[in-house]
Amino acid sequence: MTKIALNKSVWKKKDLLGLEYLSKEEIEFILYTAGSFKEVTTRQIKKVPALRGKTVVNLFYEPSTRTRTSFELAAKRLSADVINIATESSSVKKGETLIDTGKNIEALKIDTIVVRHNCSGAANILARSVSSSVVNAGDGWHEHPTQALLDMFTLKEKLGKIEGLKVSIIGDIAHSRVARSNMWGFTKLGAKVTVCAPAMLIPEGIEKFGVKATNDLAEALDGADAINVLRMQFERDSAVAFPSKLEYFKRYGITSEKLAGCGKNIVVMHPGPINRGIEMSSEVADGKNSVILDQVTNGIAVRMAVLYLVSTAKDGQR
Amino acid sequence: MRYIIKHGRVIDPANKIDGELDILVAGGSIEKAEKSLTEKCDKVIDAKGRIVAPGLVDLHAHLREPGREDKETVASGTRAAVRGGFTTVTCMPNTEPAIDSPEVVRRVRDIVAKDALCNVAIAGAITLSRAGKRIADFAKMKEAGAVAVSDDGSSVADSALMEDALKAAALDAVTVMCHCEDAKLSAQGVVNMGFISTKMGLKGISSASEYEIVARDIELAAKTGAAVHICHVSCKESVELIRRAKSAGVRVTAETAPHYFALTEDCCVTYDTNMKMNPPLRSKEDADALRKAIADGTIDAIATDHAPHTDSEKDVEFDYAPFGVIGLETALSLSIMELVDSKIVSWSGLISKLSYNPAKILGLKAGTLSKGAPADIVIIDPNKEYIYKKELIESKSKNSPFIGWSLKGKVTDVFVGGKRVMEDEEYRQPCL
Repeated sequence: MTKIALNKSVWKKKDLLGLEYLSKEEIEFILYTAGSFKEVTTRQIKKVPALRGKTVVNLFYEPSTRTRTSFELAAKRLSADVINIATESSSVKKGETLIDTGKNIEALKIDTIVVRHNCSGAANILARSVSSSVVNAGDGWHEHPTQALLDMFTLKEKLGKIEGLKVSIIGDIAHSRVARSNMWGFTKLGAKVTVCAPAMLIPEGIEKFGVKATNDLAEALDGADAINVLRMQFERDSAVAFPSKLEYFKRYGITSEKLAGCGKNIVVMHPGPINRGIEMSSEVADGKNSVILDQVTNGIAVRMAVLYLVSTAKDGQR
Repeated sequence: MRYIIKHGRVIDPANKIDGELDILVAGGSIEKAEKSLTEKCDKVIDAKGRIVAPGLVDLHAHLREPGREDKETVASGTRAAVRGGFTTVTCMPNTEPAIDSPEVVRRVRDIVAKDALCNVAIAGAITLSRAGKRIADFAKMKEAGAVAVSDDGSSVADSALMEDALKAAALDAVTVMCHCEDAKLSAQGVVNMGFISTKMGLKGISSASEYEIVARDIELAAKTGAAVHICHVSCKESVELIRRAKSAGVRVTAETAPHYFALTEDCCVTYDTNMKMNPPLRSKEDADALRKAIADGTIDAIATDHAPHTDSEKDVEFDYAPFGVIGLETALSLSIMELVDSKIVSWSGLISKLSYNPAKILGLKAGTLSKGAPADIVIIDPNKEYIYKKELIESKSKNSPFIGWSLKGKVTDVFVGGKRVMEDEEYRQPCL
């Protein structure tokens, strides 16, 4: 912890809105901080007093179990008090605007708002309307920064570095905030990123992220050190774009056979929840290359680091 | 009152005038524009160092009355217009109810007669309730005072119906103002489609959703002989289509709005909903193409697309905010800065785009300082700089993307029909 204290000056932001807005150094600093907190999570007593007396509000406009639980646990392990507000319907339908809701929550004298919202940019709008820290837990198709951070943390843990690796992101790139945060994060840390999807799920201008786009899964797997396989949300937007689940699995589903053909031991990541038999076979999901459950574990350490850093930066601004 | 405006730089593109002249205003009309007038008058205005031009004419504004008086009224909207140097604004029919019948045209005319600070030209709807199903009665609306027809924010999707509408418009000699948008292509889109929409995680609106309908409407104009005016051109492909149509002799005119050449899609990245309009802010390439089109005459007019929305409507998530920005008070300054200062057009060219051409497109008695013309006059201090602040906005709504900008060129005096409605930047009880 002393090293963190010494390096606190690297992090000065009260919010974490997306990896687009972070420098390489800031991203590395979060990962480094997360490393220290990971050690905490393996102790017998998994709690530190870093945020004692602080209150974290999970403001979720979209249903989420894993991300909310992970944030809640992260906050609790930092000794913060946690409140969960789940709003299934959008603010507009409820009659209170996002900004009003944010200001009302802030009036309860809380410190950090963790927000999940169906609209892209909701976290940005909230962050400039309140003086509390805002952590983006996923906004529309825009960003899901803590997911990408835990992906990077896990891969670094597994392979010792990010720089120079070939990382392929496979699945519905167009409608995925995880894809966007991954593209920003991995390219900033020097990975060579390829995105792979059927043409209708690759959005306009993608190459300007500094990534390579392909419709050919073999090309994405060829020479890859790691793949991040996205959930195909057939229940949502992707449904109209791609004819059938079976066809998707045939062309883009990750199977042991397809992985075996690559020669290399490819690390397999997935943000969850997995659609077994659609984007990935069970064999791969549970196989030796899969780090999917490590990602879940690391999510807590990464979110502890984020909550700790934004809170400390906000206190520093006072 | 007889006024003489002396020593100003008079710019009157209709008469190819750009030079120091005096203007005599009497009985609501321009009586003379000559050097060194010595006639008797009640008041001499020294316009030395300033520009004297025909009052500006806006082809495209939303005054929101009747129906959405919380956003704007004829009174507040025309007040904003005068602040920006406009002496005529064309109000679009997307009111509640829509201006789709002679009755509603007359109702708006009554409000205008009672409340307006400047002239208001009325655009009626192409289809009843702007629903794209049944054609409105152009002849009767024209008789009641409408000067053009438009379904405004709703493009007429049914091409067969649009063709019939253009035939009717040709018969009744009304200009058809086309908002060109394939709503199926642009559905749920909120920003220009491309890297910006992708990185923001927002649904994009492609240029194709605009120019495919521009192409259709040009084709229908050629076929029917109707006068077609393309509203708020935003992309380079539309520009090229209009350029070609004009050189082929099709009766087509076009406008763009200052935000399309002063801003680009990059301005959206902070999710500022005052950057959300339809069509959306496009790429730098598109903005450059628009400047070129303004220079070479492909774009005839600069219109504001003044679209007031309340703070509470705009202070929401980007997806939920309504499209549109106000523009009456900033159009002139932005055009001076972006077009005259950067030598895209001359001053005379600018006055053509903001006054003479728009008046001609709608066949209005405006846009000129010819003898006998209504004395609609604007006096501009071309070099005065100011910060455009929210509290300075006259419009009822404050949804401007230019708040905080340092602007150049200020309207000091405005005459509407010979009445001096603004004097030294202050509104004034009009007296003839």
